[in-house]
Amino acid sequence: MSRELFKFKGGVHPPEHKAESTSRPIHAAPLPKKLVIPLRQHIGNPAKPVVEIGERVLKGQMIAAADGYISTAVHASSSGTVTAIDLQPVPHISGLPDLCITIETDGRDEWVAHAPLDYQAMEPSQLRMQLRDLGLAGLGGAVFPSAVKLDPGASHACTTLIINGGECEPWITCDDMLMRHHADEILQGVGIMRHLLGSTEILVGIEDNKPEALDSMRSAAAKLDFAVEVVKVPARYPGGGAKQMIETLTGRQVPSGKLSTDIGIQVFNVGTSYALARAIHHGEPLITRLVTVTGHVLRPQNFEVLIGTPMHTLITLAGDRDGTTGVLMGGPMMGVPMPNLDVPVVKATNCILVKSAELFPPLPKALPCIRCTRCADACPVELQPQELFRFAKAGDFGRAQEYHLFDCIECGCCSYVCPSHIPLVDFYRYAKSEIWAREKDKRAADLARERHEFRQFRQEREKKEKAEKLAAKAQAARAQAALDQAQRAELAAAPAAEGAAVSDTDAKKALIAAALARAQAKKSDAAPKNVDQLTSEQLHQIEEIEARRTKIRELARKPLESEEKKP
Amino acid sequence: MLAAIGVMVLLAVAIGLVLGWSAIRFKVEGNPLAEKIDAILPQTQCGQCGFPGCRPYAEAIAKGEADINQCPPGGEEGVKKLAELLGVEPKPLDEAHGTPKPKSVAFIDEQTCIGCTLCIQACPVDAISGAAKQMHTIIAAECTGCELCLPPCPVDCISMVPIAEDLPHWKWKHPVVMMKKIAETEGA
Repeated sequence: MSRELFKFKGGVHPPEHKAESTSRPIHAAPLPKKLVIPLRQHIGNPAKPVVEIGERVLKGQMIAAADGYISTAVHASSSGTVTAIDLQPVPHISGLPDLCITIETDGRDEWVAHAPLDYQAMEPSQLRMQLRDLGLAGLGGAVFPSAVKLDPGASHACTTLIINGGECEPWITCDDMLMRHHADEILQGVGIMRHLLGSTEILVGIEDNKPEALDSMRSAAAKLDFAVEVVKVPARYPGGGAKQMIETLTGRQVPSGKLSTDIGIQVFNVGTSYALARAIHHGEPLITRLVTVTGHVLRPQNFEVLIGTPMHTLITLAGDRDGTTGVLMGGPMMGVPMPNLDVPVVKATNCILVKSAELFPPLPKALPCIRCTRCADACPVELQPQELFRFAKAGDFGRAQEYHLFDCIECGCCSYVCPSHIPLVDFYRYAKSEIWAREKDKRAADLARERHEFRQFRQEREKKEKAEKLAAKAQAARAQAALDQAQRAELAAAPAAEGAAVSDTDAKKALIAAALARAQAKKSDAAPKNVDQLTSEQLHQIEEIEARRTKIRELARKPLESEEKKP
Repeated sequence: MLAAIGVMVLLAVAIGLVLGWSAIRFKVEGNPLAEKIDAILPQTQCGQCGFPGCRPYAEAIAKGEADINQCPPGGEEGVKKLAELLGVEPKPLDEAHGTPKPKSVAFIDEQTCIGCTLCIQACPVDAISGAAKQMHTIIAAECTGCELCLPPCPVDCISMVPIAEDLPHWKWKHPVVMMKKIAETEGA
């Protein structure tokens, strides 16, 4: 053991319960009749369906394409017919449904045409696009699209590549079993990562409670043509967290609000590496994963499961028992309770933990916080959980952020050690989602303000433009009238000298004259049709009216004439 | 005596110059208090406060012409924030200006819409797209739920649809912690 190891602060030692599920070999779970494949299995934009209802799909065929940079594709886990693209229950604590593609399997499990990729001959960016289309995402828990993580960026500074074989949560053994049985393929995946990231130092961190996995990985690493150091690290929860693994192996801490790549380190889970090797060397998209089914079942074990398989079929396979009090997806520390068991296995499902009253006795009722700060001693990210709890409970989110709420990895160490049994992590999750929601509202308000201000600006501009247009029109009409007047003057051979200025009044007079002429013409055109057979009385009346009209016309003309005389 | 007066006069002139210069150099455009108030207001632009938009209401508050409890979309929380900013006591929302409603967006029944453009003219954030005698539709992502498009519609084809909770919008609830009873209460 040459490597000097470092110790991260805090952490706890919960009972491991690993032996239950490692005594049996990995079994392939049988093909279910119906696969329900959610489109939002990864972080980022959900995938966009590319198949239609009624369409026959083959195993490994892309059924939904990546939408944007931070996204990844989703594939049919087996051959069959698409029967629905709709909202279905998904493994989420809220119990809310999400968009899923349902496939009625035909039992033939017929593969789509697929071939290995010659990754060394490919452009790195092209290779990453291929990986995105093969649906690769981190299988360690966060399900971040792997293609994004495999981009070293402009700095090209991912010198250290860490393969995380730390499986610190109690009960879960899927990574352990994968390392025991597929060490060669995991390391093939590491070779591809090294090719893409240009890393010079490759470390595999495995906890000392997995001696078989350590042996198998070491013997596989010895066969490689590049150096991979398999390091035994002390088992302590949450030593399998990416940031904790980095600290244990290198002694370096990822600064608050930064990514590990900012300090030149990239971390991948062993499961992701295995999936990457299957994708490149066999052309297989991510459609299966290992799932530990353990806890209150007859035969706790690991299954190789098709994505989309309903959880209850796995529990039945492992032998369900009476006295089940609930099911967690994940481990007892960070797992989330499942609203029902019809939900499918997704890329993030590492463990299905069946609870019973004996294994997981209900938590005693909470007592008030006595500020003993045992949580602060246990916190692996060196936060002040008791303060964060106080702020989150009071809704003082600004202060919570000042106390680095967003550095919390929700590992549950604080809740585990709390002598008052306060579900501290629930408060941090509440505060985080509340802050995100507020930021979203703020962005929406900013957008509304911007649009409202632009609208006011636009209305103002339109008003001005209209006024300008009217003014221009009036000007043009005036000029035209002046021109007409001048022409008429010429035609009448008026004594007025050429080039004499035409006054404004003349223009107006000309306009009125023209209008009168037009009206006269119209009148003579449209002679009244009801004046043929009239009585003398009616004729008399008409004459009277006509006389009145002439009088009015005279009167109307007078001011004009007086105006004429003025200049 | 003269020297003292001279010194004082000189001092006054010098300080006056500095003050005059800084008044020009560091002039603040607009009303910074109104800006801050405007940043708290929800920008619904609904006019329920009695002013034509959030900005005029913010300016009225800054001038002391309007009370802080006239914005139903901002809710009690908005009132609290305004009170904190202005250093006054928070007060309950004024019912005369309406009550808070769940967040909604407008929805146009496209079968009924006659394409009159009246709602387009009423929308304060240009969130309705359409043209004369063409079907109109709401750009849901930009609708603030102000309801200003409802009254002008001659065929009542616009309805307000509350935003349903889905996965991307789901929030963790405030945990309900069952507290242990430490001392038994006496009596019945």
